[in-house]
Amino acid sequence: MAADTVLEVENLSVDIDVPAGTLHAVTDLSLTVAKGETLCIVGESGCGKSITSLAIMNLLPRKATLTANKLSLEGHDLLSLSEKEFAKLRGDQIGMIFQDPMTSLNPVFRIGDQLEEVYLEHGKGNRKQARERAEYLLEKVGIVAPVERMSQYPHQLSGGLRQRMMIAMTLMCDPTLIIADEPTTALDVTMQAQTLNLLKSLQKEFNAGLILITHDLGVVARMADRVMVMYAGRAVETGTAIEVFDQPNHPYTQGLINCIPVPGRTKPGSKLGSIRGIVPALVGDIDGCMFRNRCDFVSDKCQSGDIALKEISLGRAYRCLLSLEESRKNLEIVGAA
Amino acid sequence: MDQPMSDTVPALECRNVGRTFMIKRGLFAEKQPLKAVDGINLKVNRGEVMAIVGESGCGKTTLAKMMLGLLPPTTGEILLDGIPINSVSVLDIAKKVQPVFQDPYSSLNPRKTIEAIISLPLKVHDIGTPESRRARVEEYMRLVGLPKRLIHSYPSQLSGGQRQRVAIARALIMEPKIVVCDEPTSALDVSVQAHILNLLQDLRKELNLTYAFISHDLAVVEHLADWVAVMYLGRLIEFGRAADIFRDPQHPYTRALLDSVLTPDASLGLPEITLGRGLPNPLSPPSGCYFHPRCPDMRDECSQRKPQLIETDNRLVECHLYSET
Repeated sequence: MAADTVLEVENLSVDIDVPAGTLHAVTDLSLTVAKGETLCIVGESGCGKSITSLAIMNLLPRKATLTANKLSLEGHDLLSLSEKEFAKLRGDQIGMIFQDPMTSLNPVFRIGDQLEEVYLEHGKGNRKQARERAEYLLEKVGIVAPVERMSQYPHQLSGGLRQRMMIAMTLMCDPTLIIADEPTTALDVTMQAQTLNLLKSLQKEFNAGLILITHDLGVVARMADRVMVMYAGRAVETGTAIEVFDQPNHPYTQGLINCIPVPGRTKPGSKLGSIRGIVPALVGDIDGCMFRNRCDFVSDKCQSGDIALKEISLGRAYRCLLSLEESRKNLEIVGAA
Repeated sequence: MDQPMSDTVPALECRNVGRTFMIKRGLFAEKQPLKAVDGINLKVNRGEVMAIVGESGCGKTTLAKMMLGLLPPTTGEILLDGIPINSVSVLDIAKKVQPVFQDPYSSLNPRKTIEAIISLPLKVHDIGTPESRRARVEEYMRLVGLPKRLIHSYPSQLSGGQRQRVAIARALIMEPKIVVCDEPTSALDVSVQAHILNLLQDLRKELNLTYAFISHDLAVVEHLADWVAVMYLGRLIEFGRAADIFRDPQHPYTRALLDSVLTPDASLGLPEITLGRGLPNPLSPPSGCYFHPRCPDMRDECSQRKPQLIETDNRLVECHLYSET
């Protein structure tokens, strides 16, 4: 483990009991996040990105079972913690920002009280210190007149302000790891850029590791140090943002990047690239490549067996039987289509 | 600047359309007027896509509701094929205009199955037999990428993405002439979004559909739209051909909007947005130009005088920067 590693996850799997059998929500996922580093987990709905974040925070639904070889925060084993000990960790060492700030805030309590509660609950100090910390952080996230704002209720704030408030709340206990699940999806574009800028600069300032979960490739490209692309509960490609966007190796990543309209790159009105088919059901036994039914480059070899994550260089890997040369060639085909 | 005059009347036209809500803040407070939409003039020709962009609260959705005949305008009028919308029955409006709304959680009845939801327009208009309606529902479910097994499911059993697909299928099943899409893809996955955008384009060509496309995703707007209308606090502040607006945005607000677009280019960082804080209170809009408190190019006259919508460089702009006479 590198000295500045905040979070280490090895071979994480999450299975959920559903009426039809066992749903393999996350399979054999490994990741690390370092201090001050941003790892973006990107994928479409149902790919397991949110379940991964819930698993890390031990907030999985009761019907879910978690198995992992390792789950550690700053070298401390999280797997052996009781629910009570975990509750102490959440909001303290692990901060969370969710998509819709309105549903993660209590509508009947004043903003100031909700901010202070986090601090007091974790025994960081007395009410006066909590208030000072709240005012300091609200100012940090760019809320003018924080004292007035603290006596308001969540509904009196705009969406952008609420999300800033959530960021402030996350930072109340100086977390080492921030997990942000689609933090700007509900915001306007102008607010999105501003909020992401804020999140990034505060993360650097507080030297926290950031796991940013999003489906927005633009956000990933601009925010990520490292990227993990997930599909059907597995990591299908990892690498730095530049590597993944400039030279995607997995057919899914290639397809994903190719199906968004990009001003200046895609011709207006042209047909967008698309990935045929739909996400497979994750219930029951899983064999072969999960992407094979949607893949343009599928072969007989993809139908069965375990497709391993192939490491090309440190931190750079993809889960596909195609060789590097083959996938480069495919990229030209996909890009030209 | 006029849109090319065609022999036919525009598919959809807004003439000086405005909508004022009377808002009461507090139990004993007097009602105050809130101008959600203020004097909008727009034309959409048959087969064209008109995108309406702007931040939340700018009146996009109110305008969409008026186009659908769900909300009467307080000033001006909306015409479908040259016929004022308020002179036609609701059922007839529904045959011509169908909506795809933003929030698939509130736009689907939680107690109806997917089949019932998608086939409801057919049922209301008494089209087909239950069997043929079922076949049609299955066809449209496939088109929008919904697995057939969900046909008897309820919205609560579906993901947000799947719900929006149901809403889109429901709108398209009537094959309307005009589709008012209010953020139709903002809740969808990117691969699904591509499918839906391709589908919308295909249908538009095949059926000569007209779209009023409301979105805050400017990459999608650039890809799809022929015309772009930029709204701010209920006003139309810039209007022109999509290609012109994306090449050379003129209103400072339009420029800020375009700067905020995060293209998937990993070599670029986050853009610095110089815009001031969020939308001002629409109950007491700023003096002069509504945008002046946030405008990086603000001048003295901006807070004193309201700018007029003027024609410049092949488009309409409402900004003092361009009104030197």
